[in-house]
Amino acid sequence: MRYILNRMVQYRPAQLDASFAALSDATRRGVLEHLGRGDASITDLAGKFDMTLTGMKKHIGILEQAGLVTSEKVGRVRTCKLGPCRLEQEAAWMTKYQRMWEARFEELDELIDELAKTKKSSR
Amino acid sequence: MSTGNGRDQATKNPTTVERRSDRELVVTRTFNAPARIVFDAWTKPELLKRWWAPKSMGVSLFSCEVDVRVGGRYRYVFGRDPKQAVAFSGTYTEVTPPSRLVCTQLFEPMRDAGEAIVTATFTERDGKTELVLVQVFPSKEILDGTIASGMEKGMRITYEQLEQLVASMTGSVDGTDAVSPA
Repeated sequence: MRYILNRMVQYRPAQLDASFAALSDATRRGVLEHLGRGDASITDLAGKFDMTLTGMKKHIGILEQAGLVTSEKVGRVRTCKLGPCRLEQEAAWMTKYQRMWEARFEELDELIDELAKTKKSSR
Repeated sequence: MSTGNGRDQATKNPTTVERRSDRELVVTRTFNAPARIVFDAWTKPELLKRWWAPKSMGVSLFSCEVDVRVGGRYRYVFGRDPKQAVAFSGTYTEVTPPSRLVCTQLFEPMRDAGEAIVTATFTERDGKTELVLVQVFPSKEILDGTIASGMEKGMRITYEQLEQLVASMTGSVDGTDAVSPA
């Protein structure tokens, strides 16, 4: 996990900030734990955590920003569920992407050396 | 035959990649050669074929058409085997040898994602060339989708892993940092 975290710091600081801001609050961590056991409406969550609807909407907004929660409104009910957290996905992809370019550039280095020598010898 | 070309581990030039904004990917790398040579390697099909599809990744470039001029088109067809080939294609909008190249980039299997704008700059200093390659995608959602489609399926992070992550970062680990490395 720390490996992934290091990669995230390197490649995507803004996303990391959003995720940590989201997780730095005990209520929000509690909401994530609750949603881990099943989807819930914002009204249910407000009741469970003993706060106003407005207060819970604010927390949900922050969690949605970080991609940790997604919500959908059907009729008058907005239902929340865990979102596909992108921390791990993106960091792993960036590593793969970097390795691909490294592999290309290693072969390009060899080609360039060859071209540079050819240029010199044809002066 | 040893040629002392300075490419041992200690002097290897690093490749950096970064998601500079919601919509941009940036790759940078320095090469030990003048810009003219790097630009040629980037724009001549017979040279592109030698490095663009690295053997170490098991991918081959099956065809490479390049018409390097404003309004000219390019198309790279590649893959693990010819029957399952995919292609990148686009049009050049700026060509300033040997320092700058701008083109559109369509990944043909994902036409709905539209075209990215790719800018490659080759800046020469003391006989070396710094390449900066910027890809700007039409939107954050499209870049997110490009990344997501490139990932193994099922890479989801559980709440437990998140909690351990936060705990380890805030220094309140209770000795149970037993999450397996990703």
